[in-house]
Amino acid sequence: MDRFLQLTITGLSNGMIYALVALGFVIIYKSSDVINFAQGDLLLFGAYLAFAFVAQFGLHWTLGVVLTLVAAVVAGVIIESIVLRPLIGEPVISMIMVTIGLSSVLRAIVNAIWGPRPQSFPAFIPTQDVYIGPAVVGADRLIAIGIALAFLVAFTLFFRFTREGIAMRAIADDQQAALSMGISIKRIFALAWGIAAAAAAVGGIILANIVGVSGDISVLGLRVFPVVILGGLDSIPGAIIGGAIIGLLEAYTGGYIGQGLNLIVPFVVLVLVLMVRPYGLFGKEIIERV
Amino acid sequence: MNAQAPLLAVNNIEVIYNEVILVLKGLSLEVQAGQIVALLGANGAGKTTTLKAISGLLKPEDGKVTDGSIEFMGEPIHRLDAEEIVRRGIFQVMEGRRVFEHLSVEENLLAGAYTRRDRHAIPQDIERVYTYFPRLKELRRRRAGYLSGGEQQMLAIGRALMARPRLMLLDEPSLGLAPLLVKEIFDIIRRINAQEGTTVLLVEQNARLALRVADYGYIMENGRIVLEGTPEVLQDNPDVKEFYLGLTEVGKRKSYREVKHYKRRKRWLS
Repeated sequence: MDRFLQLTITGLSNGMIYALVALGFVIIYKSSDVINFAQGDLLLFGAYLAFAFVAQFGLHWTLGVVLTLVAAVVAGVIIESIVLRPLIGEPVISMIMVTIGLSSVLRAIVNAIWGPRPQSFPAFIPTQDVYIGPAVVGADRLIAIGIALAFLVAFTLFFRFTREGIAMRAIADDQQAALSMGISIKRIFALAWGIAAAAAAVGGIILANIVGVSGDISVLGLRVFPVVILGGLDSIPGAIIGGAIIGLLEAYTGGYIGQGLNLIVPFVVLVLVLMVRPYGLFGKEIIERV
Repeated sequence: MNAQAPLLAVNNIEVIYNEVILVLKGLSLEVQAGQIVALLGANGAGKTTTLKAISGLLKPEDGKVTDGSIEFMGEPIHRLDAEEIVRRGIFQVMEGRRVFEHLSVEENLLAGAYTRRDRHAIPQDIERVYTYFPRLKELRRRRAGYLSGGEQQMLAIGRALMARPRLMLLDEPSLGLAPLLVKEIFDIIRRINAQEGTTVLLVEQNARLALRVADYGYIMENGRIVLEGTPEVLQDNPDVKEFYLGLTEVGKRKSYREVKHYKRRKRWLS
């Protein structure tokens, strides 16, 4: 039982990091139909930014995190306006290809500045053990779940209730009609990239706290694919629940069946789910009036 | 027309799509403040293109105003982006309703208010839209995609009201709606014009209906205005009767056989 609880907490904390990265995917896909292959590298970039602010410049971690978020948003907006904006109106596939290029460039930049060696991250999230009934779990895991959930809730509220959030969903629905409302497509795309980068940075910071910073953490971007496909590419709740499901599946298979298999099972489940629900669990249904 | 400067003046514009297809060939029209002006014409005459040229929605479709000018309240607007044109007070209700299907009715209205600076007045304006369209209030939480066609058209017009435009461009509000609903929608358009002081430029295929609510009308063909005048003048014009109202000179409907090889030639086609 205690093992089950431990695996659950581990799975959920990983899952929530997945969800944050997946959220970035979903936001960009929803507003512009682009699948951003550089999402994992945004996470890497965010983790290293935090590393620079906190470990290298010696700032207090609260300030470091705030600066990281600001820098991530700025980076996202810059990437959108330099790399993607010239491609608006071109086929979506060229925009997707350019994100693959972007992924390599981001990784190279990180490599050039911080070097390829893994470094330890100044963990500012407490790591002592916490006893929940019979189970022992790391406090950092629990806090990671809390932080990620808080951000996910904040993003969800943003989409539901703010002017820009509604504008973003309007663009996802009907770009030309949104334009006729006076909604600026460029501004919203830039905002989408800013938010995606920020969400990835939060995920990166949490992850770096747990495993340290190294180039390997961008691999997480790939592991997030089954999450977004499972949840539905255009659904925010889907990203959250998909993240939880994949995180838990990985933890349970790794814990009960064996390491290695945990990398495969999520994809197996993904295939099974897609056979039943091709739009993903929460994907946008096509509204047909009869 | 009268000496007062018009709210909107379209001067001799030319619109080209994809750099090759000439759609508007020197079109001019004027809309006086406070009026309902109808723009009539057959399919492909360029009515929708005219509206899009005014509202700035041509650009994303690779269309361009290559000649002439469009002036709104005395200032040229034909080079501005759509968002700036909305800010200045022109709002187009596009053909086919185009509501945001996955947003609720109320969220659709909020999206219409996107450019508003006085955010505090928005809840009031939502209530005001509900007084014009009480049905929408009952459906406020419903996803717009599940509304009926008539309800969607009401939502599209209500959404436009949320921007408090000076000039509303309505593209075929009667499209695909039952006759009773069409009548209701046109009554509301007239009420909005009277109570809000919103000027309306109305594109319609249903000429009879449009001329009933309009203060002035233009008839378009092949990218130009071929006739203009008050509804009375237009309704009395024998060509308009024949080709747009479907009546013969004695006032009865023509049989299909006669329509097929009509004797009258349109006089404005030289």
